[in-house]
Amino acid sequence: MAADVHKKKGWEVPNGSLTPGDGQHTERSESPTPGLAQGTEPGAGQEGAMFVHTRSYEDLTSPEDGAAVARSPEERCGEPGEPTTMEQISKDFSELSTQLTGMALDLEEEMRQSKEGKLEPSPQTTRRDSVLSGKEEEDVTMDAWRMHRKHVFVLSEAGKPVYSRYGSEEALSSTMGVMMALVSFLEAEKNAIRSIHADGYKVVFVRRSPLVLVAVARTRQSEQEIAHELLYIYYQILSLLTWTQLNHIFQQKQNYDLRRLLAGSERITDNLLDLMAHDPSFLMGAVRCLPLAASVRDAVSSSLQQAKAKSLVFSILLSGNQLVSLVRKKDQFLHPIDLHLLFNLISSSSSFREGEAWTPICLPKFNSSGFFHAHISYLEQEMDLCLLLVSTDREDFFTVSDCKRRFQERLRRRGVHHALQEALRTPFYSVAQVGIPDLRHFIYKSKSSGLFTSPEIEAPYVREEEKERLLGLYQYLHSRAHNSSRPLKNIYFTGPRENLLAWVTSAFELYICYSPLGTKAGAISAVNKLMKWIRKEEDRLFILTPQTY
Amino acid sequence: YMQGPLTPSPGIHPTYPYKVVLLGSTSVGKSSLAYRYVRNDFKESLPTVGCSFFTQTLHMEVATVKLEIWDTAGQEKYHSVCHLYYRGAHAALLVYDITNKETLNRAKLWLRDLEKEFLPDEIVIALVGNKVDLAAEREVTTEEGEEFARTRGLLFMETSAKSNHQVNDIFMAIAQELLQREQKARAPSPHGRSAVSLGESRVRTGCCQP
Ligand SMILES: Nc1nc2c(ncn2[C@@H]2O[C@H](COP(=O)(O)OP(=O)(O)OP(=O)(O)O)[C@@H](O)[C@H]2O)c(=O)[nH]1
Ligand SMILES: [Mg+2]
Repeated sequence: MAADVHKKKGWEVPNGSLTPGDGQHTERSESPTPGLAQGTEPGAGQEGAMFVHTRSYEDLTSPEDGAAVARSPEERCGEPGEPTTMEQISKDFSELSTQLTGMALDLEEEMRQSKEGKLEPSPQTTRRDSVLSGKEEEDVTMDAWRMHRKHVFVLSEAGKPVYSRYGSEEALSSTMGVMMALVSFLEAEKNAIRSIHADGYKVVFVRRSPLVLVAVARTRQSEQEIAHELLYIYYQILSLLTWTQLNHIFQQKQNYDLRRLLAGSERITDNLLDLMAHDPSFLMGAVRCLPLAASVRDAVSSSLQQAKAKSLVFSILLSGNQLVSLVRKKDQFLHPIDLHLLFNLISSSSSFREGEAWTPICLPKFNSSGFFHAHISYLEQEMDLCLLLVSTDREDFFTVSDCKRRFQERLRRRGVHHALQEALRTPFYSVAQVGIPDLRHFIYKSKSSGLFTSPEIEAPYVREEEKERLLGLYQYLHSRAHNSSRPLKNIYFTGPRENLLAWVTSAFELYICYSPLGTKAGAISAVNKLMKWIRKEEDRLFILTPQTY
Repeated sequence: YMQGPLTPSPGIHPTYPYKVVLLGSTSVGKSSLAYRYVRNDFKESLPTVGCSFFTQTLHMEVATVKLEIWDTAGQEKYHSVCHLYYRGAHAALLVYDITNKETLNRAKLWLRDLEKEFLPDEIVIALVGNKVDLAAEREVTTEEGEEFARTRGLLFMETSAKSNHQVNDIFMAIAQELLQREQKARAPSPHGRSAVSLGESRVRTGCCQP
């Protein structure tokens, strides 16, 4: 089926269709896109998906299953009814984007201009801003602290500090006080997302009762994206405590100091914030696979599938932050956010390197009210291959531990151990393999599988700042493509240091970064070539035949 | 040392699996002790998530002892699940940090929990004061730990996972005590798992090593 589509070349782009036209509001309508139907794009699983189907940000602001009662159905970005700062900004960004085509201007410069030139802050906003900046001058004098590009705070609704990314919560408690004053302005709606824009930075609030999450960002991210990151932090806290326990605690005692319960977990949250600044998985809301020959992956998946136990829900093999294989119980789907949280947990703790871990873990998108028990272990000392067996039965350690032993045994018997080791030696591929000279980097996401692929970031994005800048550009394109008030399907961005192109259809999302000397026509032909390459390589780059037990 | 009265019966060498649980406040060195014992190494480690499981097999004169070591997380958020890990344990190490008095108090609370869950002869409990290499920062004297252990009938040892002081010894002492109790329990019945005959324990001196 998928191969047929390939032959039909249904995904080829008619020339010139990648430019967003000025004021093309028709783009919002769900007109059939030139190209692939969902489920037939490169990377789409042949036997169904592994993940819960997600729709970028939207589902992040929707109520959760377990928490539905406490959630306001009105919940959305910005204040309903009145034109908010956020909507205003979004609109301006929309206009900006059309102007961006063909303009060689630094994006940051653009944003600054848009803020200074076009945005008239409402009187209310100004008042809020002054509260913040006044206090900030007084209380937090360390320049270094203010230099950070993004501050993240978590506090309880009673104003007690829960987490602060930089510096101790005590030192910043007065800042927290200010935050609370701000939060009270935003009181009305629970679980709302609001933001304030002041010179050079954005303050974004996410309220998820009983917690309030705040980011003060100097990055070029949109509110939606910052809110998205804050929600990840919220889910990260839920994964340790469950929603039920968190609420129970604050129902018992409104001014409970949650830091006691979260003590020692700060590094997990720190790590999550760092990961989000570097790894496009979070932005894409998708999972990257370790490139692996399909025959090897199938053997691994079968071995994993056969090493099952009654209480197992998910068996996950991963390497770094890439998925090697995932086997799930029939009818149970993992949410990419939950998998990202698991990735983060594992990458932020060296304690899993030794022995076998058996730990309660909540997968908040799957079920925020209860704990699973996860068996976590590395397959071999020197190998970066971590096995995660998620069980519903906390008493089942020895059965689950035996699943690991059986899995390893089968791996050996199938003789794929060596091939797996080889694949781990080159966990990333080079964009040079695609054979498009001007192409520097890309991100391709198959929507139906929830998987994406992306080459290693190479020169000229060598230094950390450069890498972050590239991710920042993708973030910008992504936010433009998913802008709730005016989403765009095609964006063509010309910058001084690189050109970028985004193409979002109902089946896939593609972001490419290429040389600033490349032309738009060149980019469009590059997209065609790249899509062919991805199709050719799809069984190595994706998991096309996910298994269940 | 003297060949003790532990004489194996010819031809019978049973294997006993024992569940040993490490309990104590966060960062007292439980994982470091387990790691030193199982791998004979010390490295900076991060707080444990949930619980880590290790096994170590000891070939003793009269039996093979397979220690199943449950290294629990001391962080408060895991306290609610800790009973899961110590349920059915044959032995517990209550670990405190000699440079932090509060951790001894916490160990006493763990003892209270254990005493609620187990009858005295159901579990071997050892009180372990770790980090003796940090003598300059000591807040709990040896006597204080020793005295408390004595009054409550616990094994006692001061250790250092870092400098490898008495780490092997404390696990060995526990294994010996477990074997000895096994023997006692089996004494009235000749149909036990084995016909091993164990004599006096040399465990409580805290210095034995076969
Ligand atoms: N000086 C010294 N430091 C030690 C010793 N044992 C452990 N440490 C250090 O104490 C810190 C905590 O050690 P861990 O073994 O992780 O503590 P833990 O009890 O397992 O902590 P949780 O897993 O959070 O319950 C680490 O920095 C260790 O390096 C010791 O004997 N001497
Ligand atoms: Mg530990």
